[in-house]
Amino acid sequence: MTALQNKTHDPTAHLNADDIEELGRELDAIRSRVMDSRGADDAAYIRKVIEVQRSLELASRIALLASLFPPAWLAGTVGLSVAKILENMEIGHNVMHGQWDWMRDPKIHSTEWEWDHASPAELWKHSHNELHHTFTNVLGRDNDLGYGIMRVDEDQRWHPVFLAQPLFNLVNAFAFEYGIAAYDLEIGKVIAGRKDRGEFRRQGRKVLGKIRRQATRDYVVHPLLSGPSALTTLAANMTANVVRNVWTHSVIMCGHFPEGVETFEKTSIEGETRGEWYLRQMLGAANIDGGRLLHIMTGNLSFQVEHHLFPDMPSNRYQEIAPEIQDLFERYGLHYVSGSMPHQVASAWSKVIRLSLPNELLDTLSRADRKTATADGAGRMAPMTEAA
Amino acid sequence: MFTTLAPATNRFRTGLHALAGAAATPLVPADYLDLLDPLRSRTDLRARIVAVVPETRGAATIVLRPGPGWRAHVPGQYLRIGVDVDGVRHWRAYSLTSRPDEADRTISVTVTAIPDGVVSGHLVHHARPGEIVHLEPATGDFTLPATPPDRVLFVTAGSGLTPVLGMLRSHLDVLPDVVVVHSSPTADDVIAGAELRAMAAAGRIQLIERHSASHGRLDAEQLHQLVPDLAQRETWACGPAGLLDALEEHFAANDLLDQLHIERFRPVVIEPGEGGTVTFLGTGRETETDGTTSLLDAGEDAGVLMPSGCRMGICFGCVVPLRSGAVRDLRTGEVTVAATGDDVRVQTCISTAAAACELDL
Repeated sequence: MTALQNKTHDPTAHLNADDIEELGRELDAIRSRVMDSRGADDAAYIRKVIEVQRSLELASRIALLASLFPPAWLAGTVGLSVAKILENMEIGHNVMHGQWDWMRDPKIHSTEWEWDHASPAELWKHSHNELHHTFTNVLGRDNDLGYGIMRVDEDQRWHPVFLAQPLFNLVNAFAFEYGIAAYDLEIGKVIAGRKDRGEFRRQGRKVLGKIRRQATRDYVVHPLLSGPSALTTLAANMTANVVRNVWTHSVIMCGHFPEGVETFEKTSIEGETRGEWYLRQMLGAANIDGGRLLHIMTGNLSFQVEHHLFPDMPSNRYQEIAPEIQDLFERYGLHYVSGSMPHQVASAWSKVIRLSLPNELLDTLSRADRKTATADGAGRMAPMTEAA
Repeated sequence: MFTTLAPATNRFRTGLHALAGAAATPLVPADYLDLLDPLRSRTDLRARIVAVVPETRGAATIVLRPGPGWRAHVPGQYLRIGVDVDGVRHWRAYSLTSRPDEADRTISVTVTAIPDGVVSGHLVHHARPGEIVHLEPATGDFTLPATPPDRVLFVTAGSGLTPVLGMLRSHLDVLPDVVVVHSSPTADDVIAGAELRAMAAAGRIQLIERHSASHGRLDAEQLHQLVPDLAQRETWACGPAGLLDALEEHFAANDLLDQLHIERFRPVVIEPGEGGTVTFLGTGRETETDGTTSLLDAGEDAGVLMPSGCRMGICFGCVVPLRSGAVRDLRTGEVTVAATGDDVRVQTCISTAAAACELDL
């Protein structure tokens, strides 16, 4: 992809200013309707998810006390991995978005929540809720575009270091929570001298404290409690953390990196109206097709488009509005990007690998390729080479 | 037995707590224990509804079994109850009508459903045994002294009877001479009417019922006629503000004010309008706003260091507690009202004052 403003074919060219504001009004109406209907069923949903997650975590940790016994290790590790994924995705991410603040329950509130993750809630809320969700896919403003260590858009300048980005991405997948913590600390900005050092030190201490507590729990306390099973519990906890990291990394990659997702020039958001902001969110995210289990395990980020339109809407309601949102895309002649998880992960990875090379080289390669290639079979996806 | 073992036991307990904390982080051990028994927490007081007993057409007694953290109340006191209605937690104050030493260790409040009352309507008509509610400790000084006076007068109207009911049920044995003057629309509207009438029939109290539907509203002059020895009595009164104001005036005029104890349940009536004075608690600053300026802008213009983020309502980086007042969502027009003691937090960047507001910074 290339920033929408630099494309020869602008996918929003057919919409005038009135259309875009009307689109915004339609989205506001959907939002109001759902927000007004929040009630006891929604509250029961999140409480149930929290209850299931905590029970599963507790049961898994108890099973791991006997992790020397292989079936206990397996059951405990699988259970703990699932519990950690639920905790980060359907619970932590969404609670910190304020999706459940309306319940006025101080125990399930964005200002109180702390999650099982290396990055403290306070830092995460700043870099994710504020920067990423406000400046979604704006080159130079939204650091989620490659996390500052990768090039995921033709309009990001190539540098030889990006040749290694497939490797970076692989390492990042395994250590994702630490990658996020480093990212939330804006280490790149510190190196470039664009961040206050005192602030960085203060935040750094918080991150290190959080990492110490998390690591003590998983790699010291629970192994010691397991007695003779100490080493196998340590291995189980490490496995669960890695499984959670790889899973969340894959889900997050599917949100904005697959082909067909648009990016935007920095100047394009000056004086952006509410309708234009909505339009950018519609074009800047991609969904994952799947069943109920997949939606819950992705924290309903399989409805990334709906989430980006309404980040504070309870996640259990995204599925309900998805058909309406899809209809809106159709009526306004826009492209709703969605695909199966394997497809979207492959699409995102192929971009990471492709863009490790400079554009000129890619142009040459694609010209050579076009001579032999048959039609692009990506189905609902935009043609991969349209921008190149 | 703890005294002799105290140092060692305490060290052991502290160590155990630290270990449990390290094993549970970023949660606390109580978050897991709540799964097993939500009532056991000593820091978060909760209770389970064990019965909802209809009293009159619009009132019911809610019998609650509180967790072990509950400390016995003094009859006449009230407690605040947090109830989830349609998924949203609301807090309301109700007088305790039970004795502090019920054999089954339950406590009770008697609730009258008021028109459009979110919480009272829920408790009277929809609450079911098993439901968990949240509690704050009992409080209030509308209580009898340790040595009760010989002659007591209770003046109540409507649901103002409830704290007095708690005192009568608990203290009747030590009150030799009690007059109860109670005003209600009709005889059928008297909460625990049969119980009061039985007390009167047994000669334990003198009950004077006034039914406003036929007798008109009770006023202070009438009261003096109904209770000629009023000057010799210590009086406890609870009811609508109009009645209490009249009583205060009458007792003051007769130089009896120090014999009058009143309990006011001031329903907080906030009429949302446009703009208002915004007080930033903890900063010593306040400012006047119109109905179009966001609380965030108003605060910053007044020189307050406000938490902020996206400034468009999506990041929740600006959320602060609204201790009291009303705000309007600039995007949707939706009004949120907070009474003192409610746990309401608002996004300042998309909220504007709809009444005088207190924000906690």
